[in-house]
Amino acid sequence: MSPETISQTNRSHRHGSNAGQPLTRRDGVLKVTGRATYAADNHPDDMLYAVPAVSRIARGRVTALDVTAAKAHAGVVEVLTPANRPPLAHDPDEKMPPFGFRVEVLQDDGVRYVGQPIALVIAETLEAATEGAALLDPQYETATARTDLSNGDRFDTATVGIGAPARTAYGDIAAGLAAATHVTEADYVTPAQYHNAMEPHAVVAEWDGDRVTLDMPNQAMALSCAAYAAYFGVPAENVLIRSPFLGGGFGSKAILNGPQILAILAARMLQRPVKLVLTRAQMYGPVGHRGHTWQKLRIGTDREGRLTALHHHALCATSSFDEFLEPAANASLPLYESPAILVEHEGLRLDTGTPGPMRAPGEASGSAALEVAMDEAAVACGMDPLEFRLANYAETEPGTGRPFSSKTLRECYSEGAKRFGWAGRPLEPRQMRDENGFLVGWGMGTAVFHCPHFPAEARATLRADGTALVETSGADMGQGAWTALAQIAAEALGLDPDQVEFHSGVSSLPDGGIAGGSGHTASAGLALNNAGEDAIAKLAALATADPASPLFGSGNIGVVPRSGRLHRLDDEGRSESYVDILARTGQTEVIGTAKAARDQEAAAHHAMFSHGAVFAEVKVDPDLGQIRATRLVGAFAAGRVINPRLVRSQYFGGMIWGASFALHEEAITDRRTGRIMNADFAEYHVPVNADVPSLDAILTEEHDPYVNPLGIKGVGEIGITGTVGAIANAVWHATGVRVRRFPIRIEDLVIGRS
Amino acid sequence: MNRFDYIRPASVPEAIAAAAVPGSAYLAAGTNLLDLMKVGTLRPERVIDITRLPDLDRIEWLPDGGVRIGAMVRNSDLAYDERFARMFPAVAEALLSGASAQLRNAATVGGNLMQRTRCAYFHDLASACNRRLAGSGCDARDGENRLHAVLGWSEHCIATHPSDFCVPLVALDAVVEVEGPHGGREIPVDLLHVLPGATPERATALAPGELIIALRLPAEATGFSGNARYLKLRERTSYAFAVVSAAAALEFEGGQIRKARIALGGVAAKPWRAREAEAALTGVPASREAFAKAAELALADALPSGDNAFKIELARRIVVRALSLAVEGTPKIMPALPASPFSTTAGVTHVA
Repeated sequence: MSPETISQTNRSHRHGSNAGQPLTRRDGVLKVTGRATYAADNHPDDMLYAVPAVSRIARGRVTALDVTAAKAHAGVVEVLTPANRPPLAHDPDEKMPPFGFRVEVLQDDGVRYVGQPIALVIAETLEAATEGAALLDPQYETATARTDLSNGDRFDTATVGIGAPARTAYGDIAAGLAAATHVTEADYVTPAQYHNAMEPHAVVAEWDGDRVTLDMPNQAMALSCAAYAAYFGVPAENVLIRSPFLGGGFGSKAILNGPQILAILAARMLQRPVKLVLTRAQMYGPVGHRGHTWQKLRIGTDREGRLTALHHHALCATSSFDEFLEPAANASLPLYESPAILVEHEGLRLDTGTPGPMRAPGEASGSAALEVAMDEAAVACGMDPLEFRLANYAETEPGTGRPFSSKTLRECYSEGAKRFGWAGRPLEPRQMRDENGFLVGWGMGTAVFHCPHFPAEARATLRADGTALVETSGADMGQGAWTALAQIAAEALGLDPDQVEFHSGVSSLPDGGIAGGSGHTASAGLALNNAGEDAIAKLAALATADPASPLFGSGNIGVVPRSGRLHRLDDEGRSESYVDILARTGQTEVIGTAKAARDQEAAAHHAMFSHGAVFAEVKVDPDLGQIRATRLVGAFAAGRVINPRLVRSQYFGGMIWGASFALHEEAITDRRTGRIMNADFAEYHVPVNADVPSLDAILTEEHDPYVNPLGIKGVGEIGITGTVGAIANAVWHATGVRVRRFPIRIEDLVIGRS
Repeated sequence: MNRFDYIRPASVPEAIAAAAVPGSAYLAAGTNLLDLMKVGTLRPERVIDITRLPDLDRIEWLPDGGVRIGAMVRNSDLAYDERFARMFPAVAEALLSGASAQLRNAATVGGNLMQRTRCAYFHDLASACNRRLAGSGCDARDGENRLHAVLGWSEHCIATHPSDFCVPLVALDAVVEVEGPHGGREIPVDLLHVLPGATPERATALAPGELIIALRLPAEATGFSGNARYLKLRERTSYAFAVVSAAAALEFEGGQIRKARIALGGVAAKPWRAREAEAALTGVPASREAFAKAAELALADALPSGDNAFKIELARRIVVRALSLAVEGTPKIMPALPASPFSTTAGVTHVA
């Protein structure tokens, strides 16, 4: 079933604003009843299955593939290799701006990482394609893999993340450190992590002449259409992406990857629809990951516990052939006041797939290190970690002095601390035990995330029956975007959400921007709001110019839309329903459109961030080192909240992710071969329900007049930041053992890790 | 995956006859075998489905008070059998600490006994593994081996046996009944799994074609029911294999330990019975010092096989803790987090 048929059935009785209501997800029933159609659920007639054969070496080249054996297998239709792969219109060794990386699409026999596609087998059945891929029996010429600090190639870089500066300096760091009464210096390591969305990357590609329809989970439809169009040499409007549902994306479904491009290519080559679904193991390589980092922090403090210098250096792993460096050190820029701040990055080339943005890219791993270092500095100053952070509270953006568009972090600290019961926490570690003798520790961290805003478009159609159709090509990754976006549209149109039909998830709709950077609700929401306002303005123009309308002549005074009627602004008693206005003026519909983007003037003069404070409790078995996060309280200020239920869920999800980062997740790479030895859900640990602590997320009220006209910031990623450090600091507080490598392991607490 | 014949015999003799052909493998729930076949670690030519064999899914109480459990009894069914859980609480706790609810509902007693190591190099066909391919080498030896064996390993193999269930079974002198081409025999579970030595490709004492048809726990083992625990350390609270685990069972007489049973999991290619430690506890009062001495004895021969020295100290500590918990007595209800050190939480009865 398509989401376009969804209507809000659980109508809530209430008065006033649509925004701010805790509506449940519009698509929730479809999902829990299994009727939501994900990409891989599509089965066009005459469809073929594609399975990639992937490299088991990290570096070298393929010297032989037994294509004959694969083709001889019953059901195998074609085997794509570098020898017969049809040409692409865009060089895969060239980046595709703004977010595209170099991709491995059989352009040569080179192998640059484990899991790289080295062939694509297309067959009548999934089983035949899988077996065909196995029969290829690749032979390699293997070069020594670069897998770690000891053998990777370090390099200087000008940019990190996607176009962020690699080095930012304010003040004199040497002087700041020299002026300090104490310098806290420590090294932190974060591992490679993989997105592991529940739904694997998938595509069902069907060509019709030079037009192609792609059923695929996608976080950035318009950009992807343009990128696919470039690869296949067709106009962007010839690419139709249908992405009604995503089973998680976390950044990995915003960027093109080799296997999907190859499947689309195979569909064109064979003139039949082709489906490709990566296996779990195949998601450890070509679809991005959070890169390994080695970070060093130096924090100078004076006698009053104020920072004199903050130096954050991050060495960030990337692939041998492209750059995505975790902008980890940039996490130290926006939070704490210091006369001298230096953040800098270096790259390390390893024989891995290229990393990419993964939920809170840079902020997550950078915040993990920064917040532990701040805890260590607080200890060095003999201060409570919260008091220490308050002593270094930045009233304006550190370095630039720009005002924040809004910053309600002080309230987050106080509300979170109060709810958690932080007061009275002993300064020294290993002071608290529970009734069963387990060590108890409390830690905290500051959460911060920037507020990007992507250009977006939308259309709102008021219909003769008084309902509306609103359209934008947004992506709902499970976060509830469609529900929140429909609420915004309904608000602008003066309708209830159940009177609003919401179309999204198809690239032919107005460009809804990117579901990424925690900016989707703000970006697509503003476009929907403005389209709704445009439709209302057109409707008002019809009414106020019509002598038969009770609103005739109100043009200068203005009207306000509410409950399907336009009301005269100065006399609410004078109103007319949308149905009557349209009927009398002979219109079947009124269409409003909008293109929205950030006000660059406001952006230039303000620093824009969401903030939060996370407090963690852990319990640790004093003998056995088993750790359990037992309680997390987060207070977050992220501007206006459209749907508190969904926002709270986003915070919970982020905080659970933070617990996973702190205690569970790690891709284990064999340092000799570069192979990931735990590329499955049995061995790559993400939290199970029993690992999820008691969660509390406080929605701290915040009004932001600058970030965008709706006052919406983002909530999708901030929950990870702060949380990792809070848990690690709680482990220290419980045990007295400072662990600076993630995830924290039992052996760190039992004997210390080698 | 290789092509294979699928055979569904109607009786145990038929199954054994079918398995007489080299390259045969018995298939129970397939929670381990099918995964290994998909990645190519195991490539049987004949798969003999024994899930429909008659009478193998029964729990029978023997006249002497022991129990005989058919090889096809599901893990969940056994763990939730009220009498079984009361008589052999550490075994039930171990069962419920393993895998996930979904896997436990499918997995069988016989299959659990026969499960293979989780060593990543055994699963990775591009790696050398003597256990998978005799004589090919052991890439775990200098590889990612922080969770590998610290007891009974050899230069040829440092893998561990991953079962939780088997750990208390070994402690409690469980026996398997085996049928084979040359008739039936019994094998103590302690001798079922074998240390790697120079032949790690041989994981069990079963001869080709032999089939486990039942597991027996002796009546004597019920004497520990009041003081028996299984404890498991892991890297997430559920659905994770043990870093190390231990079963401890005690029987008291006049304030002294009359009998002690200790076995360790996750430390060797087999569940590791610590008989010298047991002997040291026999006839002495329960004390932390006695337990510490027992732990020293249990790990006396331990050696790191790689980046895993911490497991030796951790194993000592878990022996002490498991014994201490056993002294406190078997919990009246199954802990909410079976086998977890955090299972002291009262009042919650769901299984994580």
